[in-house]
Amino acid sequence: MTRNTMIDGWYPVGLASQLDAHGRRTALMGEPIAVRRGEDGNAKVTGGNGRDLPACIRYGHVWSSLGDPQKPLFAIPEADQPGRRLVDVGVVRVRCSPLRAVENFLDIAHFPFVHTDILGAEPHTEVQNYKVEIREDEDEVWATQVKFYQPQAAKSAEGGITTEYMYRVPAPTCSVLYKTCPPRPAEWDVITLFVQPLAEDLCDVWPWMALFDDETPMTDLIHFQQTIFVQDRSILENQIPTLLPLDPGMEIPTRADLTSVAYRRWLKRHGYTYGAQLVAQ
Amino acid sequence: MKLYDYVLSPSCYKVRLMAALIGVTLDIRPVDFHPGCEHRGPELMALNPAGSIPILEDGDLVLTESSAMLVYLAAKAAPQWLGNDTAGRAARVQQWLSFSHRLTASLGAARLHEMLLRPGNIAALREQGTAALRELEAGLVEQHVRGQRFLASDRPTIADIACFPYVALAPDGGVSLDPYPAIRLWSRAVRSLEGFIEMPGIHRLHELTPAPVLEVGEA
Repeated sequence: MTRNTMIDGWYPVGLASQLDAHGRRTALMGEPIAVRRGEDGNAKVTGGNGRDLPACIRYGHVWSSLGDPQKPLFAIPEADQPGRRLVDVGVVRVRCSPLRAVENFLDIAHFPFVHTDILGAEPHTEVQNYKVEIREDEDEVWATQVKFYQPQAAKSAEGGITTEYMYRVPAPTCSVLYKTCPPRPAEWDVITLFVQPLAEDLCDVWPWMALFDDETPMTDLIHFQQTIFVQDRSILENQIPTLLPLDPGMEIPTRADLTSVAYRRWLKRHGYTYGAQLVAQ
Repeated sequence: MKLYDYVLSPSCYKVRLMAALIGVTLDIRPVDFHPGCEHRGPELMALNPAGSIPILEDGDLVLTESSAMLVYLAAKAAPQWLGNDTAGRAARVQQWLSFSHRLTASLGAARLHEMLLRPGNIAALREQGTAALRELEAGLVEQHVRGQRFLASDRPTIADIACFPYVALAPDGGVSLDPYPAIRLWSRAVRSLEGFIEMPGIHRLHELTPAPVLEVGEA
């Protein structure tokens, strides 16, 4: 068995706002871990055998790693822009592969059928051509020029608009979505999906947002995003096979699946296979 | 009428669904149940010492039990939903309203455990939920034998609305509905009702809407 190269990555393990001295017990890739506020005020994460694990607080969450991260946590420069509302959406557990959770987040074609009348509506089901690349310098998957007709793209959107998106995968279980910002057309709203892999078929999902929206009450912003994600949850729990197939031959992708194809290729290239199925069965 | 509401709460959804089916407009006051635990904060605890939602306010009437809210909405706007035209039917409705609390305590708690990480003995909750589903399945089969599609009558009543959400969301807590054909038929009947609204995890019946037509040049 080869070494799990995802061991050295950073993963979300809790909300920074809920960090306390008592702490919470959770898990990371099968290993029980404990997350609490240390005496110095910083996050303290300990592994199953009591060893200290790397920890940092960023984007509303506590991040940790079972291994030895070679890089700091990926940057989201927009998160530090003044004027944005930072939204802790809260955890939702899903009985699915952590990679499946990310892949679903990258998919646009399901909007009219799963997020009906919010992120999509029949008959506007066409996914127009968009660009996908694996950026070698950043070592990230990017999809740009993604456009989709949406009845209610955001809590701040009035009526239907064609929304433009960019998707970014900076880490195997994290995705950042940049989306047309109705009140500030020159800026992008940032919506993230941070996935904590508990096991290969179980994850805690921590959506988080950095939005320009001074009008909508915080609770409405949280509920909007929870609605969207929980609409996905029952679909994710019923996907077959449970693990994300990386071997072509299992499925026949279409043009609309370009982001997923690039994501899977990128995972395979790096050996990011925790939650993946390598050989078609 | 003001509803203190959480979008992922099946009990809150009962009230939203009932109101939608009978054409009552609610003033929705969103509560940050998760992750904020606002329902346990001073403002809502003062309104409902039980620390639960939904809470329905109408003038000086404050209701904190979803079954009472269903009764109130129906009595006010659509009394046929009370299903109280005969002694037998009235009793059946009450029977299912009481039964619905078992669904909340079993399937509802299993869902909160599996989805929002709330504490609970998951194996015991699933076992209790399965027992409740088997009882509901048997009740619906008996209704079919009587020629009736809904729980207490041949037309929907508040009993159906009280039981439907936690049953439909059972898979969220890891309890499959596959073994219960009568429940699945009944779920379909409820979702076919005019004015039906969905909630996350309960999908609408797409096949009931007209086939979509795309005009030339429209995308």
